[in-house]
Amino acid sequence: MTEFTPLAGLLGGGLIGLSAVLLMGGYGRIAGASGIFAGLLTLSFNTEFSWRFIFIVGMLIGAAWSGLFFFDVSSLEFNGGPLTTIAAGLLVGVGTVLGSGCTSGHGICGLSRFSKRALAATCTFMVFAILTVFITRHALGA
Amino acid sequence: MGKLIVFISGVLFGTGVTVSGMVNPMKVLNFLDISGAWDPTLILVMGAALLVTLIGYQIIFKRKVPLFASFFRLPTSQHIDAKLLGGAALFGVGWGLSGFCPGPAVASLVFGRTESITFVIAMAAGMILATQIQKLQRSKAGQISS
Repeated sequence: MTEFTPLAGLLGGGLIGLSAVLLMGGYGRIAGASGIFAGLLTLSFNTEFSWRFIFIVGMLIGAAWSGLFFFDVSSLEFNGGPLTTIAAGLLVGVGTVLGSGCTSGHGICGLSRFSKRALAATCTFMVFAILTVFITRHALGA
Repeated sequence: MGKLIVFISGVLFGTGVTVSGMVNPMKVLNFLDISGAWDPTLILVMGAALLVTLIGYQIIFKRKVPLFASFFRLPTSQHIDAKLLGGAALFGVGWGLSGFCPGPAVASLVFGRTESITFVIAMAAGMILATQIQKLQRSKAGQISS
């Protein structure tokens, strides 16, 4: 069980939106977490690397300070064992590269630009995520 | 100045995914579990993020260029193909198995939990793998056409 936390949800979502607006307005980039992170893995240390690195460092600092004041870190709860975690990580990594984005890039930035590709991708990953949870939690009864 | 904006944007993103609770995989899974102990919080997270971005983008795109860069770098492809949908489907399955999507997963590294670290390493491996496969396919396609 996790509690419905509407105010924290609205506030957090608003901040994510602000982040996307600032990155586009200031630097002309889509705030897509998977693309920004995947760009770091090329290890070619040019300007494309440096802005991504700065964004990720900012992200970690943002999470760290909010963990001190606004989020109960002890409430973190994970699903499945190490094998599930590894399989899920691989799927998310392969899927976001092939599908050119994740929840933030497609679901927030893409939809806000009325991109058909983002809409198709968002509907697809939402449906598959909901189906996966349904199958693992209810059909398999795990 | 551009880099400072990027940094602030990153801090806002990390703060947003943490404050909203998206860094907690169980909260995300309970949102996806529409027939179970449903937690609708994520709708409000997505809704608020979308609303702010939608309005913000309208204002931004009235300008020809961003404030601190020479142009807006936007995806040009309009094509909905099997790669896009197949990739999104794989991502959806991984998201549904773990409750982690890339942003919150990376942000949650600061909490030092083994699950977050394992997930992000596996995700990085998957990203490198897919990038290499794509490169290979492109070079093959190049050979055929040339």
